[in-house]
Amino acid sequence: MYSPTYAAPTTVDEAVGLLANASGSARVLSGGTDLIIQMRSGRLRPQTIVDIKNIAGTIGIREEADGWHVGAATPGAEIGENAGLCAAWPGVTEAVQLIGSTQVQGRASFAGNLCNASPAGDSVPGLVAAGAKAVIAGKNGKRTIPVEQVPVSPGRTSLAADEFIYEFIIPKSSGKTADAYLRFIPRTEMDIAVVGCGVCVTLDNNGVCTAAKVSLGAVAPTVLVVDAAAKALIGNKLDDATLAKLDAAAQAACNPISDKRGTIEFRTKVAGVLARRTAAIAFSRAAAR
Amino acid sequence: MNDISLKDALKVVGTRPVRPDGVDKVVGRAQFGGDATMPGMIFGATVRSPHAHARIKKINTAKAEALKGVKAVITAADMPEIVSEEAFVGEGPMNFRDLSNNLMARDKVLYDGHVVAAVAASSMSIAKAAAELVEVEYEVLPHVIDEIEAMADGAPVLHDDVFTAGVDPKPTKPSNVAKRVEFAKGDLAAGFAAADKIIERTYKTAPVHQAYIEPHACIAAYNADGQCTVICSSQGQFMVRAYCAKLLGIDISDIRVVPAEIGGGFGGKTLVYLEPLALALSRKAGRPVRMVMDRVDVFRGTGPTSGGTVKVKLGAKKDGTITAADAEIILQAGAYPGSPMGPAAMCCWAMYDIPNARAVGVDVVSNRPKVAAYRAPGAPISTFGTESAVDEMARELGLDPIEMRLKNAAKNGTKALYGPTFQNIGYVETLEAAKAHPNLQAKLGPNQGRGVATGFWFNIGGESSASLAVNEDGTLVLVSGSPDIGGSRASMAMMAAEILGIEVEHIRPIVGDTASVGFTFLTGGSRVTFATGMAVCEATNEVVKQLRGRAAKIWEIDVEAVEWRDGSAYPAGDNAGKFEPLSLADIAAKAARTGGPITAKGAVNAQGAGPGFGTHVVDVEVDPETGHVKVLRYTAVQDVGRAIHPSYVEGQIQGGTVQGIGWALNEEYIYTKDGRLDNASFLDYRVPVASDLPAIDAVLVEVPNPRHPFGAKGVGEVPIVPPMAAVANAICAATGVRMTSLPMSPPKLKAAIDAAGK
Ligand SMILES: Cc1cc2nc3c(=O)[nH]c(=O)nc-3n(C[C@H](O)[C@H](O)[C@H](O)COP(=O)(O)OP(=O)(O)OC[C@H]3O[C@@H](n4cnc5c(N)ncnc54)[C@H](O)[C@@H]3O)c2cc1C
Repeated sequence: MYSPTYAAPTTVDEAVGLLANASGSARVLSGGTDLIIQMRSGRLRPQTIVDIKNIAGTIGIREEADGWHVGAATPGAEIGENAGLCAAWPGVTEAVQLIGSTQVQGRASFAGNLCNASPAGDSVPGLVAAGAKAVIAGKNGKRTIPVEQVPVSPGRTSLAADEFIYEFIIPKSSGKTADAYLRFIPRTEMDIAVVGCGVCVTLDNNGVCTAAKVSLGAVAPTVLVVDAAAKALIGNKLDDATLAKLDAAAQAACNPISDKRGTIEFRTKVAGVLARRTAAIAFSRAAAR
Repeated sequence: MNDISLKDALKVVGTRPVRPDGVDKVVGRAQFGGDATMPGMIFGATVRSPHAHARIKKINTAKAEALKGVKAVITAADMPEIVSEEAFVGEGPMNFRDLSNNLMARDKVLYDGHVVAAVAASSMSIAKAAAELVEVEYEVLPHVIDEIEAMADGAPVLHDDVFTAGVDPKPTKPSNVAKRVEFAKGDLAAGFAAADKIIERTYKTAPVHQAYIEPHACIAAYNADGQCTVICSSQGQFMVRAYCAKLLGIDISDIRVVPAEIGGGFGGKTLVYLEPLALALSRKAGRPVRMVMDRVDVFRGTGPTSGGTVKVKLGAKKDGTITAADAEIILQAGAYPGSPMGPAAMCCWAMYDIPNARAVGVDVVSNRPKVAAYRAPGAPISTFGTESAVDEMARELGLDPIEMRLKNAAKNGTKALYGPTFQNIGYVETLEAAKAHPNLQAKLGPNQGRGVATGFWFNIGGESSASLAVNEDGTLVLVSGSPDIGGSRASMAMMAAEILGIEVEHIRPIVGDTASVGFTFLTGGSRVTFATGMAVCEATNEVVKQLRGRAAKIWEIDVEAVEWRDGSAYPAGDNAGKFEPLSLADIAAKAARTGGPITAKGAVNAQGAGPGFGTHVVDVEVDPETGHVKVLRYTAVQDVGRAIHPSYVEGQIQGGTVQGIGWALNEEYIYTKDGRLDNASFLDYRVPVASDLPAIDAVLVEVPNPRHPFGAKGVGEVPIVPPMAAVANAICAATGVRMTSLPMSPPKLKAAIDAAGK
């Protein structure tokens, strides 16, 4: 009979040790809103569960010189209540608050959403567009990588067996920079994104885009960074020609599957639609700064 | 008894008291099917087929039996083999042999999720581990899901003893087409010849699940003396008893079924899945066994309603007069014969007075769970087709959709295609009320559209029992045999309180177990307020008679000289003598001295249920870039006869409408290529969530049913009939695109909009 062991270490070193020395498969536990469900359904049966929430720094938000430090397991509800972070990064914070329901929000975290490594994770395109980095703890100490380098394929990450995400660093936003995230779901909540889109733009005083990052979710095996879409924006105002180029670039980047949640054709077209709509929100937010 | 035409004289009926079962449900104390415990209880789990169609070659239970903590393992070999026999125990057609095989596959598995074995163990985790140790060897067979593919030559045939019934000559080869029924009147060819415009379309609906929140759950004890107790949530404790007795070969008197609170049924709990298995496990283990499905089991193994194909041909004159109407409804029955194609055919034209009409129903088996009743079984499917066609006709002829329906409406005296002549119906009244509703004045913006559709359901009566006992303090206990799935305890108490002239809070209504109340047919067919309500009224009238008798005894006057009003006995006029009125409490206190306990029973086989009609109007907004549909406004008008408790009637209308909207927009079963259900969870089987919907404006029209003491008609099923066509008609109004296939999900609608170049 399946009976996993559970540990709740209080230090990073202890956690790394548990992960490194686990016999059989091990899994990190943050909110558990993916992991526990997958264990219940029998899809995952890790032998060791390492709950990181008792480690100082894994829950909570601090503003520091190099950016916003968000503990890996900080629940969505706490992120949504942080007025400073929400004002700085409306797209990132709205995205995490789209996850599930009030109840799910009490637990669901950035780290879990990212390391579950579903291409449809709602908080991921927003983090990617905002240029967030993941701080990873392991046997050899800590390393910092861009968020988009964490997932490698559906259900798999680039983390080694002894590693876990300790926290995220989201840069400080300055000047006319703002982000937005939109997803398409058939209903209005409690759904998995059929397409998700994060856009971050910086404008000059004339409303011309000087920097941009566009990220798409659920249209490829991992969340995409769409450089061509960013290029379509940079140097331009948000006019019809720019929107059309953005739409085309977003569609061209898609490499989706047809499944129970949407067809290839549908996902591709909606990616273009969402890119336009998300960019419009990011532009108006940036212009207002 | 009150004169039903005198609505103003009613003091309790028509008001909105707090429901007697409300507090327990709100605070989480209500006992549902999975909550009951028994001393020594162990836990059951099922082993289900991963194949859509396969022959069972061998089942090896040795490893499971050897696991520590396992108390029993059963397969079909532990269940009696049942001969083919029609069962009239539940709602809709069922055969005892098929039901037995559906509970536990014998030679073949016929769908992904079909149970092949069950285990019981000292903990749920041991039971689950044991279930995985049961080894089943299968010979996988080709499968078929879609009803049209199942009818094709060369389709894999599920049963070698199914020969299409209802066709002449009788076929010589078995097929998946179990039965054909036909209802016809007039001369179709002449009717179409007389038409100025003919519309011919084929519509398709996806199979959908009732999606009750509470999964099937029970606890069952088979005692050493052969006495059995089952506690479960179902739509009929007597139905559960009858099925368990038959399927296990036990006498009915040896089984007691205790109804738990029920967390939704919608027709899906009008048959059994777990109870006979739990009893069989208990018999083998010598311990009470609890079984609770998870959501995956519910989706894979329990009754959805049919998916279907509806072919419609409609002819009308330029002025909108329908001259001929024809519909063929082909429904999936699931693994065993018995889809609701009969009611589907009977209901689809019932809103209209059409001289030349036909409706054909075809019952087709395929490799899916056996369908179960779902709210107005069959009618929503056929009506999606017919009401879409009527809308298209109105559009083509440039007529208002409500006027088009008024022109052809069924009225008192109209002979329905399926036989009866309508009396006391309120269809026209619902159309008029819809027309007058302020929602129809709302201005529509870009990409918005308004759709109208109507619907019909028979409603039924049947056998019901109730008993009423006066307590020592003058309060009362009212026991009925009807599980309460829609607030019926409140309605039962209200009818009794109205007759007694007391406050409803003085009556405690409960649902009795099979050993404490007389036989009662299950809660289905929108029958309870009508039929069980009649039994309650009968019992209450008898109690009033006894109360008058007791007062007469106390006053030493003739019973005819005692009058009952406002909860007390009064002398009837001056000639009767001068006495202070005696209240219920006064009489109850003296009961011992006046003849003993005051109790009465009501037992009826109620006839004359009033048929129900509804008119729905919906406004939607379509996002043309994504195919997303937003429901802006929804008006659901229904003739309810008389609303005993208007809030719960409105609740029925709102609930049925919401399920219909889900059926229209997103709900569907998705299968993999090898016939496995790919969306067995509420994540990918998308019922509407609260934020998807506006408040549903339920409008009650009251055309009383004279057969019921207060005029009640069934109300629970009509509201799920019109929504799919109403939504499709609204989408057409918004986009110009006519959707003929459900669900009208964003990918499908977007593709249709793009294909139309709109
Ligand atoms: C009802 C419901 C609705 C949902 N709706 C949505 C939705 O709308 N959008 C959406 O995107 N998701 C949704 N989800 C999925 C889930 O809630 C999110 O993915 C959530 O962000 C996961 O976070 P968690 O902290 O609960 O992760 P966990 O379950 O704790 O972990 C998820 C995975 O990440 C790994 N992991 C966790 N923390 C770390 C770490 N620090 N380092 C390395 N690996 C780690 C775990 O081992 C596991 O494999 C829903 C879930 C439920 C139950």
